Amino acid sequence: MSEEQIKSLEKQFDERIARDEKIEPKDWMPEKYRQTHIRQMSQHAHSEIVGMLPEGNWITRAPSLRRKVALLAKVQDEAGHGLYLYSATETLGISRDELYEQLHTGKAKYSSIFNYPTLTWADMGAIGWLVDGAAIINQVPLCNTSYGPYARAMIRVCKEESFHQRQGYEIMIKLANGTPEQKEMAQDALNRWWWPSLMMLGPTDDKSVHTAQSMKWKLKRKTNDELRQQFIDQTVPQADLIGLTIPDPDLKWNEERQSYDFGEIDWDEFWQVVKGHGPMNKERMKARVGAWERGEWVRDAAMAHAEKKRQRKEKQAV
Amino acid sequence: MKNENLYNYILGIADNSLILGQRMGELCGHGPSLETDIACTNISLDLFGQVRSYFQYAGKIAGDGRTEDDIAMLRKEREYKNVLLVEQPNTNFAYTIGRQFLFDVYHLAFLAELQKSSDLTLSAIANKCIKEVSYHERFSSDWVKRLGDGTEESNQKMQDAINDLWTYTDELFHLTEADKATVAEGIGVDVTKLKDNYYKSVSNLLTEARLQTPESKWFQKGGKQGVHTEHLGYLLSDLQYMQRTYPNMEW
Repeated sequence: MSEEQIKSLEKQFDERIARDEKIEPKDWMPEKYRQTHIRQMSQHAHSEIVGMLPEGNWITRAPSLRRKVALLAKVQDEAGHGLYLYSATETLGISRDELYEQLHTGKAKYSSIFNYPTLTWADMGAIGWLVDGAAIINQVPLCNTSYGPYARAMIRVCKEESFHQRQGYEIMIKLANGTPEQKEMAQDALNRWWWPSLMMLGPTDDKSVHTAQSMKWKLKRKTNDELRQQFIDQTVPQADLIGLTIPDPDLKWNEERQSYDFGEIDWDEFWQVVKGHGPMNKERMKARVGAWERGEWVRDAAMAHAEKKRQRKEKQAV
Repeated sequence: MKNENLYNYILGIADNSLILGQRMGELCGHGPSLETDIACTNISLDLFGQVRSYFQYAGKIAGDGRTEDDIAMLRKEREYKNVLLVEQPNTNFAYTIGRQFLFDVYHLAFLAELQKSSDLTLSAIANKCIKEVSYHERFSSDWVKRLGDGTEESNQKMQDAINDLWTYTDELFHLTEADKATVAEGIGVDVTKLKDNYYKSVSNLLTEARLQTPESKWFQKGGKQGVHTEHLGYLLSDLQYMQRTYPNMEW
């Protein structure tokens, strides 16, 4: 294809996106669009799968049968999200095995929040309330993103996430209204998850490398700082309502901005975790790689069995 | 308790689902593939759902305010009545599948009979559970076939698991005092009558999966009387951790 032809295709492509048309797998797309989407969608899928681990950590110890069932269902939803996000990514011409390979070798990233440990039951509440809350703010705009399979997957993901968020907040309500010990457990979880949740919305706008291009492709509709502000403004009253204190001495309502001012985020910690040196980075990868390697003989057997069945069928047909 | 036999009978049924559900729950996030991970979590979810129905009913029968969680999480080790089979650990995926399969074939036949119980609550629970369990049985049988008739390695692993777990199968068909009493009332299932068909079905499936049916006649028992293997204590310390550490709280 000549340079001129590509330019003309790119122009048409940009116009389609500007008209809010969806791009479908078989449509022509710029290579950079494809690569950016593979990166972002697989990162999202990996986050779902790695995200099963911190919550899975409490399934066997959930405090009641009702909570255990809800937690199992939630973690199962996450596996489901992973499954259809991987499938959506595969429409861009990459296999799930290749995507796993990228995760296991550290080439692909996943949300850093899952590199923090879940130490008490209240962490199940804090994760639902804060982590899923922040995730929803990140993800709702993606229901209208330009790539069709991603947008459709996100509609379903967002529905389930908002259910998870309410479920998490409900765990916190129960703890905050419980015994002093339970309330302390809830406050401690909020103290540990608050700042990492703010970091989930990404680096500040001046440090964010992908924002401009992502805005154009509707992978993003608001900047990281706008999303973070939205998250804070939404969450602070929820904490007030149940008598928990946001662990930020600088947090203050700004009448003029009609928003909360907040303290400095520890970006050194953020980059430390992103670069692989958070409290649980190594353990999370060890768990994922371990499951994959221990499962190899199982997957081999399934393949071999399917092949044998096929051959037997062929023989019968002859 | 006025209806102690019925209470104990329900616990005997539900403890199997409770302990197996807990074992399957351990695997969440660590399965050999995303699809098996989802399926194992789903089985765990079904089993805990069943446990809730049974224990809510048992709580009502006890009539002293004890809740489903009290029954599930606040008994002593010797008071759990599950069969030894379901408490066996997830040594590897073949053990997980073998345990599930050997239990599912029994569970399905058992629920088919429990549907006919003169106790309407139990028969309604059985009616709901049997749909879930027939899916479990299909899942575990399919995997026994895949692993048995897959690679040489998977065949060996599946055979080892079946050989090791076989010793726990006979106990499924033992009658407890509560069983005998409830069978006499038309409530309980006479599990001794399920035995021949069970071994026939299991053996047929194993043959189809190119696996040997173990010939050993040495069996372990005791779970139904609360005499368990050493594995159960550790499982319970996870299951009971929150209720024991923070007694009398709501979650």
